[in-house]
Amino acid sequence: MQLNNFFKFNGGVQPEENKTLSTGLPIARLPIPKKLILPLRQHVGQVAKLKVKPGDQVLKGQMIAEADGSVSAAIHAPTSGKVIKISQEIIPHPSGLPDFCITIEPDFKDTWIEKKPILWKKIDRTQLIEAFIKSGIVGLGGAVFPAHMKLRIRQTQPISTLVINAAECEPFITCDDILMRERADEIIQGALITQTILGAKKCVVGIENNKIEAYEALKKAAQETSIEIRVVPTLYPSGDAKRLIYLLMGIETPNDKRSTDLGIQVFNVATVAAIYRYLELGEPSISRIVTITGAVKTPQNFEVLFGTPLSDLIDAAGGSLTKQKKFIMGGPMMGFDLPSIDVPVTKAMNCVIESSPELFPAPKPVMPCIRCARCADACPVNLQPQELYWFSKSSQLEKAREYNLFDCIECGCCSYVCPSNIPLVQFYRYAKSEIIAQDKSKEAANTARERNEFRLARIEREKKERAERHAQKALGAQDKEGQDEKKSTIAAAMERVKQNQQENIKN
Amino acid sequence: MENRSPYIVNAPSISIIMLKVLLALIPGIILYVYVFGLGVIINILLASITVVLTESAILTIRKLPIKPFILDGSGLVAAWLLALSIPSIAPWWIIVLGTILCIIFGKHLYGGLGYNLFNPAMVGYAILLISFPSIMTHWQTPSNLMIVDASWLDQIKVIFNSNLLSKKTLDAMTSATPLDYIKTQLSLNQPLAMIQHDKIFGFVSGRGLELINLGYLAGGLYMLKEKIISWHLPVAFLTTLFFSAWLFNFFAPDTFASPLFHVMSGGSILCAFFIITDPVSGPTTPRGKIYFGTAIALLVLIIRLFGGYPEGIAFAVLLLNICVPLIDSLTQPRIFGHR
Ligand code: SF4
Ligand code: SF4
Repeated sequence: MQLNNFFKFNGGVQPEENKTLSTGLPIARLPIPKKLILPLRQHVGQVAKLKVKPGDQVLKGQMIAEADGSVSAAIHAPTSGKVIKISQEIIPHPSGLPDFCITIEPDFKDTWIEKKPILWKKIDRTQLIEAFIKSGIVGLGGAVFPAHMKLRIRQTQPISTLVINAAECEPFITCDDILMRERADEIIQGALITQTILGAKKCVVGIENNKIEAYEALKKAAQETSIEIRVVPTLYPSGDAKRLIYLLMGIETPNDKRSTDLGIQVFNVATVAAIYRYLELGEPSISRIVTITGAVKTPQNFEVLFGTPLSDLIDAAGGSLTKQKKFIMGGPMMGFDLPSIDVPVTKAMNCVIESSPELFPAPKPVMPCIRCARCADACPVNLQPQELYWFSKSSQLEKAREYNLFDCIECGCCSYVCPSNIPLVQFYRYAKSEIIAQDKSKEAANTARERNEFRLARIEREKKERAERHAQKALGAQDKEGQDEKKSTIAAAMERVKQNQQENIKN
Repeated sequence: MENRSPYIVNAPSISIIMLKVLLALIPGIILYVYVFGLGVIINILLASITVVLTESAILTIRKLPIKPFILDGSGLVAAWLLALSIPSIAPWWIIVLGTILCIIFGKHLYGGLGYNLFNPAMVGYAILLISFPSIMTHWQTPSNLMIVDASWLDQIKVIFNSNLLSKKTLDAMTSATPLDYIKTQLSLNQPLAMIQHDKIFGFVSGRGLELINLGYLAGGLYMLKEKIISWHLPVAFLTTLFFSAWLFNFFAPDTFASPLFHVMSGGSILCAFFIITDPVSGPTTPRGKIYFGTAIALLVLIIRLFGGYPEGIAFAVLLLNICVPLIDSLTQPRIFGHR
């Protein structure tokens, strides 16, 4: 597989891929589970607004919660059945906190609501975006950003290049790889549609050179099109959007801008495939491909309905092989521990890895930083992780910010190469949340202070006005009396005003 | 819930890194023994024992776990470097004292591994040089240049109790280093060409010494290959030393030795690959490393040519160690997406 010309970013790492583990079998379809638990927030942004209540019958593909505002996404019933409850359930999120979910009991008839393909070439943009708001499609690469937001961008910013992210750089994860192998046509069609909607002149697919079969499939599917398939080196984190744009085009997205400001929009392969299915087949986002791998019996990829309990997925993969039953969502570089095997599969869930002491040994004891700068050599953002660590550890948060802590993408390359086994990224996460919390409380304090100042000023103004009125009155009443007396009255009134003012200040 | 990603690591432990540094010193040490005899081995052994005992004691006092901090090997590296920096015929207590000073004042007073501002080996060396200038500048004559044959037993004697040796053997065993020799002879108004005819000179620098330096060079290249050190420091140091020495040599060949002489003399190679590459006390940014190496090389040359000491590495390194925070803050690399 020939590497195309590429622009290498600083650092990056090449962890063991462990991808062949789960690519041996084709995509299998998971049977409909006994219940489906659908979190109302599976996307970035506002929680979706409920459209059903317990007891309601729903059809497959029926919208059960709608996007609330523009940064939000709809949720659809993945199969037909009955809504049995709306309750807080444990969800797959790093916070481990429960969130509101709709639980559906399937009737196993799997009856579709009437599918309405969208004549996207015929309708105008506003209508098209409206339609997308109802699609439930979010970035399936893991970012889960509502797709209609990304498509709408053209109104404010002309897009010249559409980049399709097929890098899939994290070890173990193969859901995009397998999707490309088996459904390359859907991806290419989806890419073409997306390109047209965005009005982009060019469409480039960036794929790592470790996915030969996927590359061949895409190449074949894209034969008659102007889509360019470009091979980038297998170098984590090539799948990070800003890094991928750089690899492909040598363009550095400025830290304070988005790629769209430069006329570049990035979509993941699975997302454009979902766009294709929605427009051409009228199927909203109700399932995705999930890699289940690691210490399960038969690691492979499944097409899974959203809301399916993880335990069903594990069973389908032949069951777990360890006693600990620890599962990681995402890849080993950026993933996180799942709180339970009862969590549902969500739009963000691209991969679940069963952890084992052999695959992911317990962290070694932490030693002091020896300033070896291996972390800096590995950082794809060209930060100085050892300095950030020092500032985060010693709570010099302003310094950490000054050294661009917020440019850190938490990719984990620094920790990966650290001889002192320092959990660097954890320190950065901590420092970031501290800074954000501080900023928030500062802001709150500022508004409170402003409000208070405003209140004090008002009270003072009122008092002053009152005092002046008094003074005026006193003046008017004693007009006929002698000049001296008048003067003294004015003086007394002024004195009162002054006193009032002083009291105000004390208040 | 704690998010502990990344779940995988691929990094050599500090122990492995330090072990490789020690390994990289071996060729130089073997050649050292070949040229000067076993004295240096005794010094290394003494230094190693002292460092383990001293560090264990300090770690106990500081209530820190002993095992990980002894096994990290950083103490051993400092001790070996010190042992290789002092004359191999210095009395035994010199290396013992030096190692203790190096560990206490160079390392643990600042907080131990990772916190030392100064290069520990050079702290030990500088204190010794200031306190015992005479001992620290009496170097051994290479074995094949000795008029009287000194056996390996004599080497042990000279380290543990020099009174056991005759004055004649003692005299035969010590000689000036080429750097030292040039300095004293130049002050006697001898032309350089004449001075360099002395038998202590070899092909480019000191006879025998150049061989040891080649050994260190091999070790340095090994560390580069193993990515234990980055190229910036040795390249910056050696090229600066070479070209600045060349400049002096070009304009006044009668007073200033050749650039190659400077590169292969004294501790240049050891300094380039093993001393200034101490990560803890050095800069971390690529540009900072280049400035650091360059500045040290210039200082070393100035001290060698015009200073009071024949060799200036320790002082140059310590001086630049102070500047490291400044160098680092001024040489922050451009961050992705920043202008
Ligand atoms: S890799 Fe680890 S030990 Fe080395 S400088 Fe970075 S944080 Fe420090
Ligand atoms: S986690 Fe942050 S600091 Fe570490 S390598 Fe990635 S971007 Fe750099």
